[in-house]
Amino acid sequence: MMPVTWVLLLSAFLFSVGVYGVLARRNAVLILMSIEVMLTAVNINLVAFNAMLKDVEMMGQIFALFIITIAAAEIGVGLAIVILIYRNRTTVTVDEVSLMKW
Amino acid sequence: MVRLLAAEAHEVAVPAMIDWAWLIVAVPYVSFFLIVFLGKRLPGRGHEIGIGATAISFLLSVPVFASTISALGTEGFHGFEKSIRWLQFGDNEFLELGMKIDGLTVVMLIVVTFVSLMVHIYSTGYMHGDRRYTWFYAALSLFTGSMLNLVMANNLLQLLVGWEGVGICSYFLIGHWFEERENSNAAIKAFITTRIGDVGFLFGVFVLFFAAGTFNITEITEAVEGGTIAAGVLTAAAVLLFFGAIGKSAQVPLHVWLPDAMAGPTPVSALIHAATMVVAGVYLVARMFTVFHASPVALDEVAIIGSITMLIAALLALVQDDIKRVLAYSTISQLAYMIAGLGISAYTGAVFHIWTHAWFKALLFLGAGSVIHAVHSNNMSDMGGLKDKMPITYRTYMVGGFALAGFFPLAGFFSKDEIILGAFMQARAGHGVGWFVFITMIVTAFLTACYVARMLALTFFGKPKYDTGHVHPHESPGSMTTPLILLAILSVVGGWVGLPGEPNLFANWIHFEALEHHPFNLAIAIFSMIVAIAGFLTGWTIFRGGRLKIDIVRSPFGWFYRLLENKYYLDDIYMSAIVRPIRDQISKFAYWTNQNVLDGLVNVTGMATAALGRGAYDKIDQPLIDGAVNGVAFGADVAGRGLKFWQSGNIQGYAGVLFVGIVAFVLAFIFIRI
Repeated sequence: MMPVTWVLLLSAFLFSVGVYGVLARRNAVLILMSIEVMLTAVNINLVAFNAMLKDVEMMGQIFALFIITIAAAEIGVGLAIVILIYRNRTTVTVDEVSLMKW
Repeated sequence: MVRLLAAEAHEVAVPAMIDWAWLIVAVPYVSFFLIVFLGKRLPGRGHEIGIGATAISFLLSVPVFASTISALGTEGFHGFEKSIRWLQFGDNEFLELGMKIDGLTVVMLIVVTFVSLMVHIYSTGYMHGDRRYTWFYAALSLFTGSMLNLVMANNLLQLLVGWEGVGICSYFLIGHWFEERENSNAAIKAFITTRIGDVGFLFGVFVLFFAAGTFNITEITEAVEGGTIAAGVLTAAAVLLFFGAIGKSAQVPLHVWLPDAMAGPTPVSALIHAATMVVAGVYLVARMFTVFHASPVALDEVAIIGSITMLIAALLALVQDDIKRVLAYSTISQLAYMIAGLGISAYTGAVFHIWTHAWFKALLFLGAGSVIHAVHSNNMSDMGGLKDKMPITYRTYMVGGFALAGFFPLAGFFSKDEIILGAFMQARAGHGVGWFVFITMIVTAFLTACYVARMLALTFFGKPKYDTGHVHPHESPGSMTTPLILLAILSVVGGWVGLPGEPNLFANWIHFEALEHHPFNLAIAIFSMIVAIAGFLTGWTIFRGGRLKIDIVRSPFGWFYRLLENKYYLDDIYMSAIVRPIRDQISKFAYWTNQNVLDGLVNVTGMATAALGRGAYDKIDQPLIDGAVNGVAFGADVAGRGLKFWQSGNIQGYAGVLFVGIVAFVLAFIFIRI
């Protein structure tokens, strides 16, 4: 049985990668992908703690399933927006989508 | 509240009729409204309601009269009184609405209702086709109701209501043909002149109220008899009340309105300005006689005013050409007889004269109306020789004239004789004013017979002076002659209730407790009769016989004739000394007040409002309210300017802040342990 610390480190790494991606990338699609990475990191955490605590009701795994579902829905909406932006402005670079600013 | 005015109340039962006596007053008032609202739709244009109501009042008055005078024979009985609370002010302060029924009241009830009924019937002929026929009957009804209210009132305020009611009806009816300026002026003159007296009356009522603490006539009488009111106060009250009588009964110096009041229709003159309303002043003095009796000064004033009036009015009656004006001055003179009679304490005689005078003077006015109707002129210089053309009018008019002159055995003789007797008794008792009154009465009796002779001669005898080509006089219709005949009968027999004898019937009805009744004196009666006959013959000789052909204007008495012609210049004096200055000054003052005071007030108000508005604008609206609004806007503006930089539109910027914020919260959560 692998100690839970390793798993948590992996999770933290993945989350940091996601944060970096969200803050640093300019491409809207890549930002959405980075958000998915952060959500994956959360899922790993949930599953790891579920295994460590030996929860018979599998609460952590069930939540992981919910998050995957919601992430799928979220990515559907997000990609639809990105496609609409692209159709209007022929770009998905977030720096150039700046209508609602001062 | 029922009060039996009797020393021993158990001796007299209140007849059931008395409870309903108020209907006598109410019926004409109701009739007024019925005529006003329904009159025009009826076939008779309202006269059937008026005649019906007056007839009901008269028919109700008869049993009230009968039951009261039969009870008056009982020892110590004075009358009935009944009242309800009218206006309540507190627990015990209230105004009464009531009726006082005694000998004086019932005599007046009969006079008012009967003459009113006669005039109502007569007017169907006289006013036929008049443009305001319905209104005429409405006003007659209102007048009758007010007059009955006046004579029945048991308190002075209610009496005042009736008093003013008859005044306003008099105004309406004098000005009935108001299209002519002269008539409306006469109406205004009558109203304002009597109003001058009314002010005195009103103050007299106040004085009595504050002295006796009540408006109730019986209670005031008791208070006066009980001696609880100071003599000076009583004199003031009596003199003030007498002002009212001077105005209403047209005594000097306020007599000027009555001759002008002849501008009204003749039936009105008969009812209001001869038989009923003008005797209200006499009635008032008689009703409040306890107050006058308690003040010798006031009584002397009453006697002297009456004496002066009777003489100057009788002289004026001698020179008038207008037949109604002759009768008007005659009325003033006869009213003065009553007033002077009260002044020399001939109480019964004075009230008796109200009674007899009502019959023959109403008769004379209605007769004059009949003549005027026939010749279409008021002037005796357009009459003459009507004896054969109008036999009924002629005969009844002669009866009225002789009754006025005081010939035995007509009504006027008995009442006049009783007053003269009273004056003589007063004079013989050593009362200076008594002599004065007695002598003026004798002279006036002479003059009265004289102008009666003149009036009869010029109207009915001699050659016709009217335009025989165009005017064809004929007897008036039955609606007009019937009242004449009835009144002529009363002018004959009306005086017989005062036939000499013990007890004198009329004196039994009406007498003043504190005064002794003078028994019939044959010498005085014969003397006054001789004076009347002498006066009549003198007048007849001058104006009919033509034996004394004096060109009076050029004679040494010319100045006196001109003085009379011009009514002693009193009207001119009043006009130039009182009316014009006051009217002009008042209008000048009113204009000045309007320009300076009222306009000034308006302007000051306007300016103050403008200044206030400007102040509010400068000091409140601009700095405070606008300041607050602007301040909010400014604050929002500044905040917006500062915060707009956060709205970078850079999505990574937003996300960065979000992460920093979360990290900050997590760190705070871990280390500070909120």
